[in-house]
Amino acid sequence: MLRISHISKTFNPGTINEKRVFADLSLHLAPGDFVTIIGSNGAGKSTLFNAIAGDFVVDSGSIEVNGQDITFLPSHRRSKHIGRLFQDPMRGTAPHMTIEENLAMAAGSGGWFSHLSREDRKRFREKLSQLNMGLEDRMRQPVGLLSGGQRQALSLLMSTMNPPWLLLLDEHTAALDPATAEKVLELTKKVVTEGKITTLMVTHNMRQALELGNRTLMMDDGGIVLDVSREQRKHMTVDDLLAQFKVGAGKHLDNDRLLLSE
Amino acid sequence: MPSILSVTALRTALEVGMVYSLVAIALFISFSILNIADLSTDGCYTLGFAVGATMTLAGHPFLALPAAMAAGACSGFVLAFLQTRLGVESILAGIIVNTGLYTVNLAVMGWSANLSIFGCDSIFTVAKALSSAAWWQKWHELVVLAVILLIVALAVAFFFHTRLGLSIRATGDNPDMVRSSSINPAFTITVGLCLANSLTGLAGCLIGMLNKSCDINLGTGMVTIALASLIIGEGIMRKASIPLRILGVILGACLYRLIIAVAINTSLVPTECFKLISALIVAIACVTPQGKKLLSLQLRKLALRKKGGA
Repeated sequence: MLRISHISKTFNPGTINEKRVFADLSLHLAPGDFVTIIGSNGAGKSTLFNAIAGDFVVDSGSIEVNGQDITFLPSHRRSKHIGRLFQDPMRGTAPHMTIEENLAMAAGSGGWFSHLSREDRKRFREKLSQLNMGLEDRMRQPVGLLSGGQRQALSLLMSTMNPPWLLLLDEHTAALDPATAEKVLELTKKVVTEGKITTLMVTHNMRQALELGNRTLMMDDGGIVLDVSREQRKHMTVDDLLAQFKVGAGKHLDNDRLLLSE
Repeated sequence: MPSILSVTALRTALEVGMVYSLVAIALFISFSILNIADLSTDGCYTLGFAVGATMTLAGHPFLALPAAMAAGACSGFVLAFLQTRLGVESILAGIIVNTGLYTVNLAVMGWSANLSIFGCDSIFTVAKALSSAAWWQKWHELVVLAVILLIVALAVAFFFHTRLGLSIRATGDNPDMVRSSSINPAFTITVGLCLANSLTGLAGCLIGMLNKSCDINLGTGMVTIALASLIIGEGIMRKASIPLRILGVILGACLYRLIIAVAINTSLVPTECFKLISALIVAIACVTPQGKKLLSLQLRKLALRKKGGA
């Protein structure tokens, strides 16, 4: 579903701020894969997502999604098939527009001059009621009034309204309180499983990284140092993971936000 | 005792207020909705007049309106192109377009600094001829303007609830979210600025027909006036829905004109100080929210100190 072939990227080349983020990174995801990513500080996890989503064009190599080469596609064209959630719940929604207006933007159905129809509202209502947050009765309220968790749940709904080929989750529960984070995570699992959406998820929770999905990647210094799946992953503990990281990266895992356990 | 405002002065104030409403709605689109400071307003307003007056002189009073709007939209397109495709800062882009427009306007006006349409048929003279009733002879201009303003306001309110309109609103609110909805923010900004400047152009055309004669400096300070109207209007309708906010902006423009009319009519301030008064009103309107906060904070402190002292 996702095929990243030998990409490299250097920011500010030729200056003292030169920063090489990837050198010859490759990654291949099968359809329906749910991959968790952990890694040290500045390993390039978010930058990898930025590369896939098209915030910048890679210096060399290619990125394919569902067989389509998107290496040079601008980000707004990629977003048709790539959904994305950020750590900051504010980034996925427009605060001064109502819930139903935000959903209408995400649905993207109808012509440029089409209005919200009664059917649209009915459909949005059903979707919102699945969140169990009472948002279905607040459809005409501006999104700015919602809590972070509610906004993140809404963002999740919006980015999966038209099931994307690929879903990028960049620590999307990290800024939420534990209870809300749990709820948004449950929702994520449900949406991803039901839609069989190929998903990449960055997390700093080691246990979560092993429990969720079917494959775990560890990143360090712009490269993938560990890639575990199937049987090997099934019996893995957090300690195993840390030990493996040391083997792969030649140093201890260093992430100031890493959660070793709950 | 001199009256605060004669009926004639009131009528004129409302007429001009309605024309300014169009510019204020334009700024509402660029400034409030798209979050872009459009400084090309002055030049675009004059452009609307220049194109409208030229069309009127050529004997097309009705065609003058869409022509002025199209000219305004072109100016808006250049402005948007500079910002979205060439990466020029929005304020700088506005200044560049505004400067360029001065020469364009002169060229449209046949390289003369002023243009008069006395004796030509305008939409107002055509309307005036409809009835010879005394009230109509006096009030026809206001009625025509009110009808145009009503159509524009309804169309704009309708537009901002369509999918394209929603996308433009979201662009000012959260461009990331627009991009992730597979819409190019460069496109929505372009449409928004074209729409806004077409309204500014329309306003310029109408003021030309109303005054029958204008010069190249017609638009100078227009952006301040429209901003004043916008800020007053947004102050009236806090966080309301789009249609109500548009209504607020119209009220703001008319209110602003009335304040100016009263100030001049009562001879409290000489006419020469007109621009300074405009600037002062904008400043006061802008400062009010912050001033309120400061005042309430100081009052609380004062109350506490009194309590402590007692």
